[in-house]
Amino acid sequence: MDRELSLRAYHQMALIRLFEDKAGEQYGRGKIGGFLHLYIGEEACAVGAIAALRHEDYVITHYRDHGHALAKGCSARAVMAELYGKRTGVSKGLGGSMHLFCPENRLMGGYAIVGGHIPIGTGLALGIHKLGQDLVCVVFFGDGAVNEGEFHEALNMASVWKLPVVFFCENNLYAMGTEISRTSAVTEVYRRAEAYAIPGQRVDGMDVEAVYRATREAVARARDGGGPTLLEAMTYRFKGHSMADAVSYRTRDEEAEWRPRDPIPLFRERLLADGRATEEELTAIEQDVKAEVEDAVHFAEESPEPTMEDVLSSVYAPCRACSE
Amino acid sequence: MLITYREAIRQALRELLKDPTVFLMGEDIGAYGGAFAVTKGFLEEYGPERVMDTPISESGLVSAAIGAGMAGAHPVVEVMTINFTLLAFDALVNHAAKIHGMSGGRVNVPLILRTVTGSGNQLGAQHSQNIEGHYAMVPGLKVLAPATPADAKGLLLSALYEPNPVFIAEHFALYNTKGEVDEERAFVPINKASVLREGTDITLIAYSRMAIICMKAAELLAQDGISAEVLDMRTLRPLDLDTIFTSIAKTHYAVMVEETGKGTSIGGSLIAEVQEQIFDELKGPIRWVAGLPVPVPYNKTLEREAIPSPDSIARAAHELLKA
Ligand SMILES: Cc1ncc(C[n+]2csc(CCOP(=O)(O)OP(=O)(O)O)c2C)c(N)n1
Ligand SMILES: [Mg+2]
Repeated sequence: MDRELSLRAYHQMALIRLFEDKAGEQYGRGKIGGFLHLYIGEEACAVGAIAALRHEDYVITHYRDHGHALAKGCSARAVMAELYGKRTGVSKGLGGSMHLFCPENRLMGGYAIVGGHIPIGTGLALGIHKLGQDLVCVVFFGDGAVNEGEFHEALNMASVWKLPVVFFCENNLYAMGTEISRTSAVTEVYRRAEAYAIPGQRVDGMDVEAVYRATREAVARARDGGGPTLLEAMTYRFKGHSMADAVSYRTRDEEAEWRPRDPIPLFRERLLADGRATEEELTAIEQDVKAEVEDAVHFAEESPEPTMEDVLSSVYAPCRACSE
Repeated sequence: MLITYREAIRQALRELLKDPTVFLMGEDIGAYGGAFAVTKGFLEEYGPERVMDTPISESGLVSAAIGAGMAGAHPVVEVMTINFTLLAFDALVNHAAKIHGMSGGRVNVPLILRTVTGSGNQLGAQHSQNIEGHYAMVPGLKVLAPATPADAKGLLLSALYEPNPVFIAEHFALYNTKGEVDEERAFVPINKASVLREGTDITLIAYSRMAIICMKAAELLAQDGISAEVLDMRTLRPLDLDTIFTSIAKTHYAVMVEETGKGTSIGGSLIAEVQEQIFDELKGPIRWVAGLPVPVPYNKTLEREAIPSPDSIARAAHELLKA
C-alpha cells in the first residue's frame, strides 16, 4: 500500500476497533438491543479487501457487518444510529445491527440467515454482467457459511457464468461455538474452489496489506472477465460470537496465542518501521477516530425514533402497476 | 413439580433418549449446549453419537433426519430458530410431508423437529418470525406449539409415538416461564386443544406465548366483570375444532389472537371453520387481533407495538361485547 492508502487503512481499522468497543459498551448500558456481533480482531479483512475496490463496486455481507459498512464509507454516525434503532440510521432504525444497508456506498446489506446472501452476491455480479458494467462484487461470509448448500450453488453459477465476484471467507475458526474441524470435512476453505474450477487462495487475515494484495488481484481478474475467486482470510474474533456468548468452547491459551497477531498494532509498527508514517501522524489519526466515535454516539443519542408510518410504508416500494 | 418450560423439554428429551433408537441432532446442540441452552450438558452425558453437532446445513440435516427416520431410527432435530427452518422447507414440505401419502401409506417418516419461534427481542426482521403457521398449512405434517411447561413436555413425549413428521415450535420467550409438570410420563395428546381458563362471556383463542398473553387479558377483563375463557390450541395441525366449537357454543363471542400478521398463520382458517360450521352460535363477528403484517422492525418501541398485548386483546373483547 502506498502512504496515502496506508494511512486511510489505518484510520479505518482504528475507527472500527473503537466503534466496536463503544458499541459493546452501549449494549451493556441497554442503549443497543438484539444481537450484537463485534468485528474486533477481524478489522484487516474488511479494510484490506474493500481498499481494493472502487466506490461503485458492490459489497454484500453477513450480520457481523459494522466493519464492512464503515470500510465501505458509511458514516460512523449513521451506523451507530442504526444500532440505536434511530431514524437517522443507515436502515432507518428498522434493520438493526445485523442489517446495515447503505446503497449509496454500494453496501447492499448485512444478512442474518447464514449463507443466504452468498448467491445474492453472485446475483449482483450477474446484474453487473447483464448491464455490461465495469464493476465487481465482493461477498463476505464466515467459515460456518460454507456448509450451506447456497455457498456451493453460488460458486458453481459464478464459475459457469464467469461472473465478476470475489467470495471472501472470513475464517475465524469458529461458527458460534463450533470449531471448524468438527463440522467441515475440508477445513481449508480455499480448497473448495477446486470443485468449481476457480482460483482459491488463503491469506493472512491479520495482515491488512496481504488481504489488500490478494483481493486486488482477484478483483482485477474479475473485472477483466476472468471470473470469480474464492479468498480465505485466516482471522480470529477476539470477543464472543455475540454479546450473549460466554466463550466456553475455546481455551484462554488459544486466545492468548492470537493476541500478538492483533492486526492494528502490527500494521502500526510496520508503518513506523518502514517510515510510511510518523508517530505524530498515527496519534493524530487515533485522536480523530476517538472524536468521530464520540460524535457518532452523541448523534445517535440525539436522533429521533422512526415511526410506525415508516414501518408500514416500507413493506413495499410504491406500486407502479396499480390502478388508482 | 414447578419447573421451567426449558427444564420440561429437557426432561422429555431425557425420556426420549431412553429409547436407544433416538438421537438428537442440530447446530451447536453439543459443545455449545444449544442456542437456548435446552441441551446443555447432554453431550457430556450421552456422548456424540446420541447428541450430534451438525454443520450449518439445515436443508441437508433435516433431509438426513428424514432418511434416518425412514430407516427406523428416531432422530430428534433441533433447528436453532424457526427462521432457519425455511432452508429446510423443501425437505419438510416436498419430502417429509408427502412420503407417506406418495408411497400409498407404505413408508413412514417418524421425524421430530423442535425449533424456536417468536418475535420481541429486537433481533430484526429475519430473526423475528412465527412461521409455524406456514407449516400448519401442509397436509402430512403435525404442528405443535406448546404454551406451558406441562404441554411442552407432554407433547414432546407423545411425539415419539407419532409415526408422522412432527414440527414443534417452542417460543423463546417462554423458556424461563414456570409451571406445574408431572414428574411421570404425562403424555399430552397431539390432537387436543386445552382450556387454560374457564369463562362464560367470551372465548379468547390463541397458541404459544399469545395463549399466556390471553391469560393476562382475561385477568384484565375479569376486573371489568367479564368472564373470559382462554383456549390454547396447542396443536395447529390437526386443529381441534371440537374444543373450540364447544367453547363458542357456550360464550357466543370469540377473539382470535395471533402474534404474527393476519393471514400469516392459521387463525384465518379457524375463523372460517367457525363461521361455516357454527355460524348460528355467534352473537357477533369473531374479532381477529394479530401482529402487524410487516417485516418486524428492530426499533424497540415499534417492535413492541407490532404484536398484540393484554391491553389490545382486552380492548377488542370490550368492543365486541359492547357492539
Ligand atoms: C441459516 C442459519 N442457520 C443458523 C444460524 C445461526 N447462526 C448465526 S451465526 C452462526 C455461525 C456462523 O458462523 P460463521 O459463518 O463462521 O461466521 P462468524 O459468526 O464466525 O463470523 C449461526 C450458526 C443462522 N443465523 N442462519
Ligand atoms: Mg466463523
